[in-house]
This record gives sequence, C-alpha cells and structure tokens, in this order.
Amino acid sequence: MAPVEKPKDFKGSMKKLIKYIGKYKIAVLIVMICAAGSTIFSVIGPKILGNATTVLADGLFKQIQGVGTIDMGKIGFILLAVLALYGVSAIFMFVQGWLMTGVTQKICYRMRREISEKINRMPLKYFESRTYGEVLSRITNDVDTLGMGLNQSITQVITSLCSIVGTLIMMLLISPLMTLIALVILPISAVIISVIVKFSQKHFRSQQEELGNINGIVEESYGGHLIIKSYNKEDETIDEFEKTNRKLYNSAWKSQFLSGIMMPLMMFVGNLGYAAVALSGGLLAIQGVITIGDIQAFVQYVKNFTQPIQQMSQVINQVQSMAAAAERVFEFLNEEEEQQLALNPVDVKKVRGDVEFEHVRFGYNEDKIIIHDFSAKVKQGQRIAIVGPTGAGKTTMVKLLMRFYDVNSGSIKLDGHDLRDFNRRELRDALGMVLQDTWLFNGTIMENIRYGRLDATDEEVIAAAKAAHADRFIRTLPDGYKMVLNEDASNVSQGQKQLLTIARAILADNPILILDEATSSVDTRTESRIQRAMNNLMKGRTSFIIAHRLSTIKDADLILVMKDGDIIEQGTHDELLKKQGFYCDLYNSQFEE
Amino acid sequence: MGKIFKNFVPYWKSVLLIVLLLTVQAMCDLALPQYTSDIIDTGIQNCGVSHILPEKITKYEYDCAAAFMTDSEKQKFEPAYEADGSSYKLVITDEKILEKLDSELIVPVMLNYQASKFPTESIESMVGSKLPSGALDSLKHTKIKEENADGDVVEVDCVDARPLVLNANREQIISKMREMTEKQLKAMGSDTMRSSGIAYAVEMDRLAGVDVDGKQTAYLWMSGLKMLLVAMLLTAAAIFAGFFAARVGSGVGMTLRGRVFRKVIGFSNTEIDKFSTASLITRTTNDIQQIQMVSVILLRMVLYAPIIGIGGVIKVINTGASMWWVIALAVAAIVVVVLTLTGIAMPKFKLMQKLVDRVNLVSREILTGIPVIRAFGREQREEERFDEANTALTKTTLFTNRVMTFMMPIMTVLMNMVSVLIVWVASGHIKDGNMQVGEMTAFITYAMQIIISFLMLTIMSIMLPRAAVAAGRIDEVVNTESSVTDSPDSVEFDINDGVVEFKDVSFRYPGAEEDVLSGISFTARPGSTTAVIGSTGSGKSTLVNLIPRLYDVTAGEIVIDGRDIRKIKMKSLRDKIGYVPQKGILFSGTIESNLKFGNKNATDAEMVNAASIAQATEFIDEKPNGYDSEIAQGGTNVSGGQKQRLSIARAIAKNPKIYIFDDSFSALDMKTDKMLRAALKDEVGDSTVVIVAQRISTIMDAEQIIVLDEGRIAGIGTHRELLKNCAAYLEIARSQLSESELNLGEDGELNG
Repeated sequence: MAPVEKPKDFKGSMKKLIKYIGKYKIAVLIVMICAAGSTIFSVIGPKILGNATTVLADGLFKQIQGVGTIDMGKIGFILLAVLALYGVSAIFMFVQGWLMTGVTQKICYRMRREISEKINRMPLKYFESRTYGEVLSRITNDVDTLGMGLNQSITQVITSLCSIVGTLIMMLLISPLMTLIALVILPISAVIISVIVKFSQKHFRSQQEELGNINGIVEESYGGHLIIKSYNKEDETIDEFEKTNRKLYNSAWKSQFLSGIMMPLMMFVGNLGYAAVALSGGLLAIQGVITIGDIQAFVQYVKNFTQPIQQMSQVINQVQSMAAAAERVFEFLNEEEEQQLALNPVDVKKVRGDVEFEHVRFGYNEDKIIIHDFSAKVKQGQRIAIVGPTGAGKTTMVKLLMRFYDVNSGSIKLDGHDLRDFNRRELRDALGMVLQDTWLFNGTIMENIRYGRLDATDEEVIAAAKAAHADRFIRTLPDGYKMVLNEDASNVSQGQKQLLTIARAILADNPILILDEATSSVDTRTESRIQRAMNNLMKGRTSFIIAHRLSTIKDADLILVMKDGDIIEQGTHDELLKKQGFYCDLYNSQFEE
Repeated sequence: MGKIFKNFVPYWKSVLLIVLLLTVQAMCDLALPQYTSDIIDTGIQNCGVSHILPEKITKYEYDCAAAFMTDSEKQKFEPAYEADGSSYKLVITDEKILEKLDSELIVPVMLNYQASKFPTESIESMVGSKLPSGALDSLKHTKIKEENADGDVVEVDCVDARPLVLNANREQIISKMREMTEKQLKAMGSDTMRSSGIAYAVEMDRLAGVDVDGKQTAYLWMSGLKMLLVAMLLTAAAIFAGFFAARVGSGVGMTLRGRVFRKVIGFSNTEIDKFSTASLITRTTNDIQQIQMVSVILLRMVLYAPIIGIGGVIKVINTGASMWWVIALAVAAIVVVVLTLTGIAMPKFKLMQKLVDRVNLVSREILTGIPVIRAFGREQREEERFDEANTALTKTTLFTNRVMTFMMPIMTVLMNMVSVLIVWVASGHIKDGNMQVGEMTAFITYAMQIIISFLMLTIMSIMLPRAAVAAGRIDEVVNTESSVTDSPDSVEFDINDGVVEFKDVSFRYPGAEEDVLSGISFTARPGSTTAVIGSTGSGKSTLVNLIPRLYDVTAGEIVIDGRDIRKIKMKSLRDKIGYVPQKGILFSGTIESNLKFGNKNATDAEMVNAASIAQATEFIDEKPNGYDSEIAQGGTNVSGGQKQRLSIARAIAKNPKIYIFDDSFSALDMKTDKMLRAALKDEVGDSTVVIVAQRISTIMDAEQIIVLDEGRIAGIGTHRELLKNCAAYLEIARSQLSESELNLGEDGELNG
C-alpha cells in the first residue's frame, strides 16, 4: 500500500506507448476483443445457470402438487448451453493471455535492447551527471513495471469494465430495485478503503523508516565488524540492534495488521450486500416480482460485483505507474546522441602516434570553461606526463583525447588529422587507457584481462599479468586465474584491481597508451616495477601519464604542468626543476617533512 | 518447509489461538450459505413456515384432518391443539417435538391435503364408483395451473373431495389413499413431501386468519439479521486472527533478525569473507523480511485452507447429498492441473530470478564501465552480452508466463463445470425428492469453498519453496560457527608488557592455492615501533590482523607476554589492543561517541588528549558543535583524512598496551603524518607499536622494520641496515625518496 507514483504527462506518455506498441496493434486488438468476449460470456453464465434453477424449482413445485415433474431434458439443455458458454469464455481468456504475454515480452525485450544500445551512443556527459542507479532503474524497474502493467492492466481494464457494466446490466435486468440496494455497498466500501489506507499508510511509512534504520545498523555493523570485534563492542552493538529491532517489530505488526484488515472488512461489506440482496430478493419473491432462480443469479452477481471494483482501483494505480515508467523510458530513448561516424573517415590503422593540441578550449558546460587555451605537440614514441593539482583539468585532457567529449574550440590532431575526422569507435582502437577508477566485470580474472584483446591466448593473458606484477597475487587467490570476481569485485583489493586493469591494457597493446592515475592504489615499489615493464612495452609508442606521485614520472620525455586548465610549464624533469617554478614547488612539497 | 515452520514453535500459544479464530471464521464462512438457503427455501418457497402443522386451524379443517388419522396419530395430533374460539391453536413451540411430529403426521396431513384438492377428472376412480351428475357442484372448486406433456400451461379443475370421501365408505377409501400416499412418499422423498405439508400448513393458517405474509416478512428479516450477525462474527474472527498473525509474523522476523545479527557479530573475518559482507546484509535484511511476509501468509491463508476445507467437507456430508464425488473429482482435477503446470514452469521460474539478476548485473557493469568499454571499443561485445542476458530472460519469462496463461482459463472452466455438474446431478436428486433447491445452492457454495481451499494450498506449495530458499540462506548463517572462538583452555589474561612474538607463523585463506604468509618469525617489543612494509598483496595487513585474532594462524603461533593468544580469552586480548584499520571506519553518532567507542569511561580530557595526538583537534574545533558534531552513517560527512585521524584517536583513547596501525597513515599528508607520529611517540612510550605502511617516510625511524615480499620476510632491521642489505627494501626506497634522502650517494649498488 505504498503511495503510487504519477506520470508528469499521462496522455503524452500513453500516446507514445501506444505508438511503440505499433506493430502489435492487431494482436492487441484481438486481445481486447477476447477480453471483452470472455467477460461477457462469463457474466451471462450465472444468469443462464439461474434459469436451470428456476426450471428446477418450477418442476419441483408441480411435483409437490402432483401435477407435473421436473423437466430434466430442459435442464440438461440449459446446462450444456452454460458449459458451452464457459468454454468459449475460457478459450477467449486463453487466447487473450497467450497473445498479450507474447506482445508484452517482445516489447520489454525490444525496450531493454534499445536502451542498452542507446547507452553506447550517448555522450559520456549524460552519465556523469547522473547516478548509475538512475539509469539502471530504467532498464530494470521501469521496463518491468511497464511489462507488468501492459500484461495485466490492458486486459484488466477491459475485463473489469466489461464485468462491471455487464454485471450491472444483468442485475438491472433482473431487478432494478435490488440493483439499487446492491449498489449501496459501493460508497461504504469506498469509505472503508480510504480510511484503512490512510491509517495503514502511516504505519507503513514508519515501518519503512524503521526498516531503513535497521538496515543502516546492519550495514554499519557488518561494515565495521573489524572495529566492533577489536574494541570488544559486540554486546553493546547487539543491544542497540535489539532496541531498533523491537521498534521495527512494533511498526511492522501494526502495518501488517492494518493492511490485513482490509480483506475481512471488504468481505463484510460484501456479505452486507449479500444479505441485503437475499432479504430484498425474498421480499420481492413473496410478491411474485422475481423468481427464485433470479435471486440466485442475482446473489452471484453481487458477489462478482465487488471484485472488479476493487480490481479497478488497483488497475488505475497500475496504469498510472506504467505511464510514469513509460515516460522515463521514452525520455531516455529520446536523449541526444553522439555522432558516431565521420564524413570521410581517416583510416586508423596507419596511425603512428603524433598528437597535437591546438588552442584547445573546453568546458563541460559552455559557461564553465575548464580548459582555456591548451596547446602542446607530442611526437610519436614520447612519454608525456601531465601533472598538476586537483582540478587542474588533467583527466579532462584524457577524456578529450579519447573523444568522450569534443572540444569547444581549437582542435586535437592525431598524425595531423583532427580527431573528429576519425570514426569515433575506430579512433579508440588506437588508444589504450587505464583509469584510476578500476572497472572489472563479474567474470573470471582470466576473462577480465582478456577483455583487452579478445583473441588472446591463456599464455598471453598470463604474460600480461606477469608484466603488470599481478601474477603472484592472482595465484594466491582461491581458484587463481579462474577466480570469479564478485559483483562489486570486492573480493580483490583496490590495488589488485589496478594491477588487473593494467594487465588488461598491456594485453590490448595499442599505439597510444593513457594512464590516468593508473597506479594510485598500488604500492610504490610495485608501481616502479610496472613502470619498468611498461617502459619496455611502450618503446616507440606514445604514452600519456597522469600521476599524483611525481616520483613515477621523473623520466618522462615531456612533462606538462597544468594549472587551472592551462599549461603553465613544460619540459623534462631536470629542466623544470632548474626553472624553480611551480613544478619544482610541487615536487619538493612531496618530501617536505 | 520445516525451516519456516520451526520459527513458529516459540509462538505456539498464539498459533493455537489463530487456529481457533480461523475455525470460528471458517464456521461462520460456512454458515453463511445456510442462511441464504434458508431465505430461499423456507422464507420464500415455504412462506417462512418450517413445519407441517398449521399454527391455527379452523374447526372444520381440524376435524377433517383428524378424520384421516389412525387412532395413534390422533393421539399425537389432538394434544398439540387447543380450542381458541371457533378455531384451534397450536400449543407446541418446541422445535424438536414439531420436527418429530412433521415426520409422524406427514401421511395423514398429505392425505387430507390431497383430498382437499383432487383433480376432478380422476375423482371417480378414487371413490371407486360413478358419481351422480351434479354431485361435485356443491363441493369447493379450485383451479391449478399445470404444464401438460407438450409443455403448454393448462388449468386443471380440482375439487375438495373430502365430503365425498368422508361420507362414503370411508375406511376403505382412506386405506386405499393411504397406500398410494405412502408409495408416493417413498418415490418423492420426504423433503418434497414436507414442502407439500408446509404448503398445507400455510393454507390452513391463511384460512384460520393468520397473517401469513407478515409472518413470512418477519422470518425473512430474522434470517437477514442472523446472517448479518454471523457476518460480523466472521469479520471479527478474521480481524483478530489477522492481529495475532501479524504479531507472530513480525515476531518471527524480529527473533530471526536478532539471532542472525548476533551470529554475524560473533563471526571472525574468515566467515565474513566466506559469505561476503553484502550477502550477509541481504540475509539479515531482505531474506528475513521475506520470511516474515511468508509467515503471515502461512498463518492467515495456508492455515485457513485446510480448516475451511474440512469444515466444507463436514457441511457437505451433513447435507446428506451424496454428491461428494463431484467435489473429489474437481479437487483431483485442480491438483493435477496446478501440479502439472507448475511442474512445467517451476524450474524456469527458479531460473528467472537468476536471469533477472543477470540482466541487472550486466546493465550495471555496462553503466559503470562506459569509459573503459568505449576506450577498448567493446560496445558491440557489451551489446551482445546484454542481448544474451536479455534474450535468455525474455525466453524464460515468455515460457513461464505462457504456461501460466493456461492456469486461469482452465481453473474457471473447472470451477464452472463443477457448478454445472452439481446442478445436473442435484436436479436428479431433487426430482427424486431427496434434495431441495436451496440445499443445492448451498452445496455449490460449499463445493467452491473446498475447491478454492485446495487451490490455495497448491498455490502456496509453489510459493513456499521460494521462501524456503531464503530460510535456507538464513539457516546457513545461523549454523555457521565462528572459526575464531575462545578455546576451553583459554583464560582471562592480563597483558602487562605487550611483547608480541610471531613464531614461524603461516597463514592461508581457506580455498587459496598458496599461503599468504609463511614462516614469519619476529618479536615486537614494548616501547619500540615495529614497522611492516611490502608490496600490494605481500600480506602486510593479514599479518597484523592475526594479532587481535581477526583470523587464526594456520601454522606456528603468536605469543603475547609468553602466552599463545589462542589461549587468552578474546575479550581480555582485544582489551589491550588498539587497532586502527586501513579504512577509517566510523559509526553514526557524534565525534565524542566515536572517540569514546573503545573506552566508555574515558574522561573528556583524555578524549581531547587523544584527539590532539591524532592531530584531529584542529578540524574538530572548527566544527560549530565540536565534539558533539554528528557523524553520519559510514562517516560520510567527514573527509577520508579526518576519518582516519578520528579512528586513530579512538584507538589512543582506549589506552592499549599494543597499537596496530594497518596502513592508517596513508590518507594523511606528509606533514600531519610526521606530527602525529612524533606526538604518539611521546605519549605511548611504553606500548608496543606495530605499523603497516606504504610510505618509507612513515617508518624510517622505526626501531625495527620488517620487509615482506610475497608472504615471506625479506629482511628485518632498521632503515639504514635494510638499505644496505635488503634489495627489496632498497627498491621501495628508491621509488619514493630522492637520492639525497637515501643518503647513499656513495653507494655504487644503488645505481646498478
């Protein structure tokens, strides 16, 4: 009974959804007809079955008076008709279910697929301004909600409406007066529902709150397990937990109880209607206004009447959340995309590795320029280090080089060709990259390293791991190279993860390599060892290194010192030290005691 | 299943109460149809009259009735009435006696009634002689509508033949009629006969001036009222059952949560690693929440199903209608259908959750890895990977959902077939006079209740295995024993000096191919600092984690003050250890609550002192609330360096004998690092200090430096000694220090 989310633009979203369903229109139409048909037939059913009872009662009456007998032939005929009716209704129901399930699943599949493809065409900017969870919930929750909504609500709206209208008509046909009596239960149920919802929501919320609290304690305690144990705080932690646990218990049973009250109360209202109908039916039957069979059928209708009404209120909520989900999915699918292909693309295979930055100007927002005027020339095979304080724009340079973003003005050229003249994906084949933010996927260590070059043999993978000084620790892990990294890759340490990503980049073997704080979590000794391995590897290739620890970039061919988005100094380590400028200060501050 | 049910054992009293309440609910639920059938059968069909003896009868009719009776019947009939003016009044009100009289007097009453409305055509054959014309003229005529063989409604002329019968050779005719009626009774069944008898009673009452319509209306109201009362009782029972079920369900959740939490807190790192923290959190939260929900459902619905099922069966037996086989057939059919369908769909159902997780996982990986995916140009591969997961999910979902689309139509058809079948079979019974229409209606209702209860049970049997998985996961935790426990021969041991000695210690993570640590021997002495340095993965953290017994050694032993730490009670061991982990872990609360975490009795002065040693006073004082400043969950509202300093201060405030700093200084800048160590040196002079570090500068002046390389000791000594004789140490030093700092310019080894 959690509150329902509402779409911003219900009509618009529904229109888009209907358009998206497009090619399944005919199937959906059949579904709607079947739903209506199945409902109509099942609504007529009790009335006809009631006829059988009437015939039975009439026959009985005659039998009592000894003036006739029950006409079994007639009853049999009616019953067969009823059976046929229910059979047809069931077939309709089945066809409708079968078709709708297919349509829904196909739509969900297509939507998920389109979202996953869309992700790859969208600018990085989009994802950097949002949490992963936000995008993720569109693929999973929103598509699910949509699917569930589609699968159920379309048919349920139709069946509920049909059965409400159908039942109402049948009831009116039997007796308008009794119908009126039966309808009295509607406002009563509405009042009961709203009162209970109001009360239970209060407790529901407090239950959610306590649940959140207890989850907080659990997370904190399990996360800080080490500290709790080594400070002998087990007992106190448990006491605190039990206190919250108690509170949760109180709100949990209350909300559970209150939401559980709904059904018996609705049943009571239903029985109330039932009694009222039986009673009034009886009174009317005395006056000979209606027959006994009619009462019987009417009683059944009354029982069936409350159900679709409850369903309707659920369906309305479901349609609302479906529209909201559809809104978010379509919003995502309509986001701006990156231009993937160049008009006359330059062939990336011949790339040597000369890189030139010409008056590069860039900001993630037009009005917040980060890099003002960056120019530098890099020759093939040079090792370039980019240093500077946090926020100087080092990582931004890398993103520009990778064409995750395009420059606002100026240009970056690879072998004399503007980056924008390459096909985006091909360009990246020339560039290898290791980021501070290690990304590994749920798979074996072997698979993760092989990601760098999909056709690499096991031996090549292990060689790359050795070069990255990852081999030894991999072998200490359970299952070694075959160890499956868990979902957050939390079963290896941050430093180990970096070694794996470096191994991956080594295996990829691209003409240009970019290392963005690639060894920040690795100890210095391993770092310098990796560097040596890399030096061998990188001979004749251009490489860009961003590092916090200046010790690691001392022997770069060119050091670019960035501050506030501009290069303020450049040269080799020795040249820059001699200058006694910003770099010199930066370098010395590392050893200040 | 058992795993879920055993949780109810402590609540057996409440569960018993719930069963009772559910029984009441079921009884009411089953009684309700009876009232409907009463309304239809008695209220409408029989004008609210339930017995064949009229309440009031005219003298003439009284005499007529008596005339058709044998002497023994008369003896029963006459005392039941008292003269009341010109008519007789029924004086018996006891239902049971009336019931008895119903069956005893049915034959003469019917004789009398039939004679009063005799078809004119067949009267001669009854009297046995031709009547003179006009003999019927003086008699009372009634017209009865009737369907003839062609189904057309015709009016049949009937006549009150009693004067004829009673005047002529009375004995002979009556005995002939009696014979016929008794035969009829056998053929029609007593129920139908009774209805006729009641019809007679109604007519007699009317004749004697009783307000039958008023009585009927009153009866209907009464039945309606009774029905309402039963409905209220039903609602009350259901609500109370719900109340107790909610409490028991939540109680089960609470108990389990407490038990699991206690267990996990007692775990050593080995068990935590085995399950992973994330999985333990899920088990303590979601899994238990699920059990809680299922418990309520079990108590409310699953328990109710058999109760109402049994009740329904009893009611069905009581109706005496021999149609139970229809229900048995229906139940069997439903069980077969449900089990077949779920049998087909179940394996895929189980798979589905995994596939959903897979889609989630792949999408999450794609989202978090966008830069890397693009850098390696693996978009296509990721799309394929996603498509694989997506296709698998779609196929499986489609399969299970389609199997389930069979469910609804088949169920509705089955249920409807059952009602149709019942009507058909019951029609036969009614025709034979063994059943009444209202009984049939009630029977349909009971049958539906029984069938639905079985349906419920089968559906629950599908739901339960899922909850059983959660229960199993919880059990796994509860049944896991911590690998680090107090051994029986452990004692309270007061650590006075704090001499920590590693004797040929090896350690291997469970399931690993190689030892993380092997053959480690050294001694850390009070008043001195022992530093551990080495590459990532060299086992530094593991080594210090062994001291507070976060893990137990796999070989060798660790000895403190001469005693194996496995023979010291963990509480007294950890009381004397100040442990600062790699990551600054804080708990929600205030700065003060965090600093006094290890030593509740610390004075404010001690706390401030600890903070100042940890170089934390500056930023604490800057905060508007100082030491009362809030710390959010996970310490997210302070920076990494601040967290680290607070966790160092926390250890200092504990005033331990042995300090363990597991790479705790890395988040600090060089300057703070140095000041902190200097202050620490002054303050904790006689304690044993073990420091794990990455920065040479942090440990350069330690009395003893242990260099770890691939889990083995590569060298022990001071900074200077190690520079000379330990290649691994030199390599680390070179990667961090400038040549002048290495102070080894003259050493040729360095340049080689």
